[in-house]
Formats: sequence, structure tokens, C-alpha cells
Amino acid sequence: MQPNSRKTLVLATLIPIVMFGFGFALVPLYDVFCRVTGLNGKVNTSPLTEAEQRNRNNQQETMSRGVRVQFVTMNNGDMPWEFAPLEHDAVKVQTGEDFTAMFRVTNTTDRFMQGRAVPSVSPSEAAQYFHKVQCFCFDQQDLEAGESLDMPVVFEVDKELPDHIRTITLAYTLFDVTQVANNN
Amino acid sequence: MDAASDIAHEAQHHHGPASGLSRWVFTTNHKDIGTLYMWFSFLMFLTGGSMALVIRAELFQPGLQLVDPGFFNQMTTMHGLIMVFGAVMPAFVGLANWLIPMMVGAPDMALPRMNNLSFWILPFAFTMLLMTLFMDGGAPNFGWTFYAPLSTQYAPPTVNYFIFGVHLMGISSIMGAINVIATIFNMRAPGMTLMKMPLFVWTWLITAFLLLAAMPVLACVVTMMLFDINFGTSFFNAAGGGDPVLFQHLFWFFGHPEVYIMILPAFGIVSQIIPTFSRKPLFGYASMVYATASIALLSFIVWAHHMFTVGMPLAGELFFMYATMLIAVPTGVKVFNWISTMFRGSLTFETPMLFAIAFIVLFTIGGFSGLMLAISPADFQYHDTYFVVAHFHYVLVPGAVFAIIAAVYYWLPKWCGRMYDERLGKIHFWWSFIGLNLTFFPMHFIGLAGMPRRIPDYALQFADFNMLASIGGFVFGFAQVFFLFIVIRCITSGEKAAANPWEGAEGLEWTLPSPAPYHSFGTPPKID
Amino acid sequence: MDTSVCRWLNAPLSRLLQAALVLSLLPQDAAAEIPLNMPVGVTDISRSVYDLHMTIFWICVAIAVVVFGVMFWSIIHHRKSKGAKAAHFHENTVVEIIWTLIPMAILIAMAIPATATLVKMYDTSDAEVDIQVTGYQWKWHYKYLDQDVEFFSNLSTPREQIENTAEKSEHYLLEVDNALVIPTGKKVRFLITSNDVIHSWWVPHLAVKKDAIPGFINESWAIVNEPGVYRGQCAELCGKDHGFMPIVVDARSPEDYQQWLLAKQEEKEQQAQQAAAATARTWTHEELMAEGEKVYARACAACHQPSGAGMPPVFPSLIKSPITTGDINAHIDIVVRGKPGTAMQAFGNQLTPAEVAAVVTYERNAWGNDTGDTVTPTDVQEHNAQ
Repeated sequence: MQPNSRKTLVLATLIPIVMFGFGFALVPLYDVFCRVTGLNGKVNTSPLTEAEQRNRNNQQETMSRGVRVQFVTMNNGDMPWEFAPLEHDAVKVQTGEDFTAMFRVTNTTDRFMQGRAVPSVSPSEAAQYFHKVQCFCFDQQDLEAGESLDMPVVFEVDKELPDHIRTITLAYTLFDVTQVANNN
Repeated sequence: MDAASDIAHEAQHHHGPASGLSRWVFTTNHKDIGTLYMWFSFLMFLTGGSMALVIRAELFQPGLQLVDPGFFNQMTTMHGLIMVFGAVMPAFVGLANWLIPMMVGAPDMALPRMNNLSFWILPFAFTMLLMTLFMDGGAPNFGWTFYAPLSTQYAPPTVNYFIFGVHLMGISSIMGAINVIATIFNMRAPGMTLMKMPLFVWTWLITAFLLLAAMPVLACVVTMMLFDINFGTSFFNAAGGGDPVLFQHLFWFFGHPEVYIMILPAFGIVSQIIPTFSRKPLFGYASMVYATASIALLSFIVWAHHMFTVGMPLAGELFFMYATMLIAVPTGVKVFNWISTMFRGSLTFETPMLFAIAFIVLFTIGGFSGLMLAISPADFQYHDTYFVVAHFHYVLVPGAVFAIIAAVYYWLPKWCGRMYDERLGKIHFWWSFIGLNLTFFPMHFIGLAGMPRRIPDYALQFADFNMLASIGGFVFGFAQVFFLFIVIRCITSGEKAAANPWEGAEGLEWTLPSPAPYHSFGTPPKID
Repeated sequence: MDTSVCRWLNAPLSRLLQAALVLSLLPQDAAAEIPLNMPVGVTDISRSVYDLHMTIFWICVAIAVVVFGVMFWSIIHHRKSKGAKAAHFHENTVVEIIWTLIPMAILIAMAIPATATLVKMYDTSDAEVDIQVTGYQWKWHYKYLDQDVEFFSNLSTPREQIENTAEKSEHYLLEVDNALVIPTGKKVRFLITSNDVIHSWWVPHLAVKKDAIPGFINESWAIVNEPGVYRGQCAELCGKDHGFMPIVVDARSPEDYQQWLLAKQEEKEQQAQQAAAATARTWTHEELMAEGEKVYARACAACHQPSGAGMPPVFPSLIKSPITTGDINAHIDIVVRGKPGTAMQAFGNQLTPAEVAAVVTYERNAWGNDTGDTVTPTDVQEHNAQ
């Protein structure tokens, strides 16, 4: 082939390779983009870092207000466990203050199972203001037959929460990961 | 030794193609490969069309009469996959192969052996895909857009063949695109600057870059699917921290440029045909080039308009609405330019011109429904209804497909040296025009009135228009069988064609004899 | 030939104008039978959406009339056969700029009301009723948060109508066993998610459509101005019966809604008592078979078919199958707990022990299976307690 064609071939092949890599890079980029622009989708999964904690404590000046936080639990697929908030389906919390909510899971079957709860916050705009200090999300819960477990979520709603948001819904979906865990 | 003199040398010693089946299996000649792509695409068009007729037959009346819902989903999925990847895209590659070298005064494509491989991957990939219809669990049934987790955790076992098939088609497209770019950049006859190239060549150059950028992302998506299904990863599985919506972002990041890949070459074809039959140069050549380039660039930032109901944050939703509305502007410019080409021209209405004019009108109607879909709050009522089905069939059928058909009628004399029968061509046109409008226009209404997509049965208020659409579908389908007859008749017994059968046609391909010699432009032509 | 070409080419334009005329005269509430246009709907948002739709539609019609008008003028007056000689112009920068800027201006004008409506649609604050909507393959589940009312909503069109052995009713494919009852005049918030694959909850008269995504929760809201029954469908391909999982919203006055809510809460009490009674009492084999046949038709026949033959391999046959003629406990288990990794769901949440007993008894004796087995509600309870 012509020498120029070879050069074009090499350059033109580079583009698809780069784009293939870009496609895979989009997976973590998706998360980074959401965090940086504040266009956070539905979940702010990481607990507060030290810096965020200090930043939080510096926001003493902003007025605190009451916000309603609703808890929704659901099971995915055929997950048979019982899963519900222990006390209330919805609570009134003060922004800037920690609140602890308890959830109970019960393995109602006659065999050992493993579950994992995945969180989702609505409205999505509120997710960046909803700080989970301690959460059982994404933790694998191992329960023997008939066993129950009470799990806490400690969260704080940021005082900077926009005024028009007065209710935040925290939803957990419980997945059966028994087989998956066994395969790994 | 460079390619040009290689081929000239060969031409002196080989006076024509090899004989027998091995000619077609081993050919590196751009005309042969173009022919292979065109026939393959026509076969796939009729196959995908038959699946459409199964769909329309079931939807002829409310109730389930012919197929069960699971098989219906296989039909809608396969119809989409085959039409997009088996009919429209290969047809455009076939046209690129036949025409680009001749139009730029080159003896062949830059990478002839890769060209052969690009083609032969396709029959293999599609045979495999079609065979899934007969495998356990049936063919893919999750729509040509294959959203996760329906296509991962809930997919039939044949999903792995689907993924393999998509990879193969992608590789074929990417290689074809590389070939087009290398040919256009390196093998133009001296004196043919970029801004002297025919617009078909420009639109294919831009399309080739779109292919290089978009197809690898599709490869990524199906690879991630493969991992989620077979290797326990959780790209799209919420249980493992993944996100089904990520699938949609990745898919449509490919998917939106893909639909422009399917229309830009059509714009190029129409831009060749309208000036010929108006006997007037294309209006605004430079702005046509810039408009095509802006459409291509903008196509990368509008993807989430396919996802308006997914629960995106408000800022995202607004951005994609604005960007999508913006892309209407360069598209409009092109339509105005074609019409200005016709205006105060000297018009005749041979078959290619009829298809090209119908393209302008009906593609624009499809464009209007696209603009309506861009309005995000309104889209909450249109999304996933037959209104969307109407929109994309208008831009694809009287859009892409009509352009391909127009190209066939227009350049067939150059390819085979014979004229098609003009009267039969006009009958094919009107038969197709009536059929397609009867099929797809009513879909606007039933979509607005509330009929969702991808359902095998529907509520009673949608019955009448569905019946009309089904009748139209069969009318349109049979028209294409008639087209096959016209093409075969032309090739076997059409009247001999002149080098330039179209008064008003300009371009290097018309300086060659009809049929074009097996090896042409061994010596580069003079460009003025 | 020329004039016929004329007429034909005018056809798309005249068809467009006719459709435009009809569309403008028929906001959907009026003409019941001819489905031509989007409904105006019964909320302020749905009205805004309809107005946006009609506005952009008319803008498109106006542009089409001008653009196609010019083209058809050319087709008629600039034909070679009429002696037209081609001009030579082929560019004009001023004109190009004008016809780039004018469409841009039109679009910017259009974007303003569209933005306003979208912003309103996103404001889910201060709702008075919260309902969790969960999509399942292939039905919807509604849970009234803070009210202790929840139920499944299944398509209630009989199979015979779908299979064309009975005449189709007025609301064919748009009717359910338990409609979603909401109050008019109050802000109702929908929290939408899915149990399995992506579905989409859509009610045209409310202009609400939101995807139901497994593991995630989406929000939407509506304030319904007029009492009435509003029907919608799932709007995202979700498998075999995507076309068979409709939505029915029954909007009632706040008083009627309160009454319904109370009745539902009492009904839950009653159902629990009835289920307990049904479980406690003694059933004859014939009673179990009769009840089982009904439960089967409602909950199993869609996949396993009325004949029991199923659609292998995805939906196995129950005729002389190892499950229906083998170990009774295994049979109960698969009905109650489902089979992970397959389409067989866990029906333990949807059927009372008496219903499970009845359907298992039916399956073990119908279609020639004839095991002679009788499965009682007590058997089922013992299984569940293991």
C-alpha cells in the first residue's frame, strides 16, 4: 500500500482503540462527573470523609430547619426476607444534626442466605445534601435460617439543603446475593 | 511501488475479473465488494422486512392470533437489528465502495484486502444471529436497544451469540470506516482538493469518523454485558453497586451518533441527485459541508434525549433538550439548500429524482416529529409510544432507504451498463410511497392517543389505524419484491446505457464508460 | 402525466393539512372513537404539556407549509418540460445566515415555556399522599406509605378475550382487578421503582411517565382536578407480557378517597381473618380443586397455559412433570418461594396458604396428572414454618 495510506491506517486505528478505552473509562467517569457537577444521580454512597466532617462542623451559622425523611424498603426479585424500618416509616429531623434510624432484616427461610441492601435517595437533587455517617448499604448481611439483625443508619441532612426540598425519601432495595457470593 | 502503478500494471496483464465463485470470495476489487455489500444488504432488507410483516400481521387486529408474545418480542428485536446493522449500514458501505474511488479518481480503495474481510465478516455474523431463532430459548427478545437488566439477568441463552454478532458487525464497520478515510485522504486525483469533492464523498468522510468514534463504545457496552452475564461483574446490576441507567447512557452515547451514521450518506446521495435533475449546481456547497460537520459534532452531545423519562436531574434534562433542539438548525439548512437547488432549475422527474424529492418531504416530516420529541415535557407523553416508531420510520424508510433506492436507480447504469425500465421504476416509486405512508402515518396518531411500543396486542381504540398500518406494510413490502424484479431485469436485459445517461450529471464517475471497467483510473484523471 | 404528478405530489401536503385540521378540532376528550391526538388530561401539568405539544406542532406545520410550498412551486413552474431554463446561482451567504438565525430564534422561543413546564414537573415537594409504585413482571404493586394499605394490580381482561374466543370488552387490556385510588385536588407523590427489570409507569391523562428501575427510586407527582377513571400502560419493554400490565387510576373526591382507604384497611383485617379461617377449616378435595382452578387461571395460566402445557423451556409444562407428580413439599416450595434465576416468581406473598393449597392440589390432579393428592392449608403452613 502507499506509505501515506499506512500512516492513515495507523492513525485511524488509534481512534477506535482510544474510544474503546473511553467507553470503559466512562464507568468511573460517570461517578466522578456526578460528584463534581453536583448532578448527583440518586446515591451518595460514601460516608463523610474527615474533611467533609470538619466542613460540616463549620456550618454552624446556617439556620437549622426541620425536614421530613421517609424510609422505604423493598425486596428485589424473590428475596423472601422481611425488611422494614424498626420504629417509624418517616421521621422529622433537624438539618445539621445526626439521626439514627434502625432497620430490621429477618431471614424467614430455613436455609443460610446472604443479602445486600442498595440505597437510593429521592429527589435526586437532595442526594448530595444527604450524608450517611454510618450505613449498612452495600454490606453483605449473612443470616442463618430464622435469624434477625437490627441495622443502623446514621445520617445527617446538610443545613445547605435547598429550601424547596422538605421531604427526602431514603429507599433501600434488598437483593439476594447468596449464589453470587458463593460463586466468588 | 505504490498502489496506483501496481494496479495499472495489473490491468495491463489481467483484462478482467477472475472467474467462478472464488472471484467473489477472494476479490479485493472495490466494485466487486460494493456489489457484494449491495446484494447482501438487499437480502437482509427482505429478511428484516419479512419480520416486520410478521409483526404487522399480528397487529392487524386486536387479540393474539398468530404468534405468542415471546416470539413477537424476538421479531421486533431481530427486525431492528437486521435493518440497522444488516440492511442500511451495509448498503451505505456498498455505495461507498462502488462510488468513492470513482468519484475521487482513485483506482481502488486504499486497503483492498481489509475491504474483503470487512465484507465477509457480515454473512458469517448474520447467519449466526439468524440461527438464534432456532436455538433453545429463542432469539434475542429484548429490543434492538437491549436495555439491562432485561438483556443481562433476564436474557435467553442466545444473548452470548448476540454479543458476539454485535462485536463482529462493529469490527466490520470500523474497518470499512478506516478504509474510507484512508482512501479519501490519500488517493484523490491530483487537483481534487477537499472542497472540490462531491458531497457524497464528504458525507461519507464525516460518517467514517462518526463510526470510528461510536462503534467502539457499542463494543464496550456489549463487553460489559458479557462480563455481567458470564463473569459476575455488576456494571448494570444494582445489587453489586452498578446502575441500569449507566447502560442507557453508554448505549445511547453510541446510539445517537449511530442514527446520524445511518442518515449522513443519504444526505450525500440526495445532494448528488437533486442537482443532476435540476440541471443546476448544488446550492451552498460549503455550508452543506459545514452543516454536515456540525450535525456530526452535535450528535455526540444529545444522547440522553432517548432517556428523558429515566429520572435524570433537571439540569441534565434541560441541557439535552436544548442541545437536541439545536441540532434541528443545521438539518434545516440542508433542506433549504436542496430546495434552493431545485428552485429556478430545469426539472425532470426520472425515478431517482422522484425518490430524492420524496426523501426531502418525508424525511423533513420525520424531522418535525423529532423536533416535537425534543421538547422534554411533551416527550413524557411521546416516549416509548408509536409516535416514536412513526418518527424513526419516517427518517429511516423514506429517509435512508429511499436514498439508497434512489442511489441504485441513479448509478445502476454505471455499475452494469444497462438502463432500468423507467416506467417500472415510477410504478415502484408510487407503490412504495403509498405503502409507506399508509403504514407509518397512522402511527403518529395511535402513538399520541396512547399506544405503547413493542406490544403484540392493543386496546380497541387503536384497532382501525393498526389495520391500516398493517395493510400498508404489506403493500410496501411487496413493492420491494417488485424492485428486486426491476433490478434483475435491468441487469439481464436492460437497454445499453451511455457513459452519462443523465443530462446534468457531473462527477468523475460519469466520465467512465458504462459499465465502469473492472479497473478504472489506473492513471489519475486531470481535475480542473 | 405531469398533472397527475402534480396531484400526487400535493398529496403529502394536503394530508398534512387535513391531519392538522382534525388534530386542532379534536382534543381527545371529545372524539371518543378516533384516536388522533394526545389527551388534554385532568391535571394542570397535563394541560401545559398538551399546549406545548400543540404549539410545537403548529410551528412545524407553519414551517412545512412555507418550505414545501416553495418546493411544490418549483416542481410546477420550473420543469424542463414547461421550457424552464436553469439559473446558475449556487450560493448566497446572506440568505444562509438568515435561514440559520430565524429557526434558532423560533427554537429559543419554544424552549422558554418548555423549561417552565419541566421545572414544575420536577417539583415534588409538599405532597399529601405518598404512594410507592413497584413494577413487577407483569403487574404493578401499590403501597400507600403511612397507611398500611398495599396490593397488587393485575390485568383483569379474561384470557378468552385475548385468545379471541370471547368478545372483547370496552376496556380490553386496560382493566385491572385493583385500581389505584387517589384523591382529587391533593398532591399525590409517586415513588416509582421495580422489582426486576425496567418498567415504566405511564398515565396519559396525568401526563406522568417515569421509568421503574430496580434498585433505584424515581419520583413523580400529580394533582388531579377531576374525578374519574384514567387508564395507562407500561411504557418500557419488560419481557413477554409488557403489553399486558396496564395501570388504572381511580381519582375520587377526598371524602370518597378517605372512605375507600378506611374500607381497604378494614379489608386487610378481614382478609387476614378470612385467610386464617380458610387455613383453619377443613377443605374437601372437590373444594380445593374448584378453588385451585380459579387461582390457577388468575395467577399461573399466563405462563403455564390453561392446558398446563406451558411454553418450554422458559415456562415448563406441568403435565406429568416431576414437580407436579413428585414430592409434595418440593411442589409447595417452588410455588411459595419461586425458583431463583428463572421466571418463576415467589407466590408466597401473593397467595394465602389456602390458595396455595388449592392451586397445588389442582396442579397435581388436573390434565391427567391424577396423583389423588390433597394438599391442605395446614400442609402449606407447616411448609412455611420450616
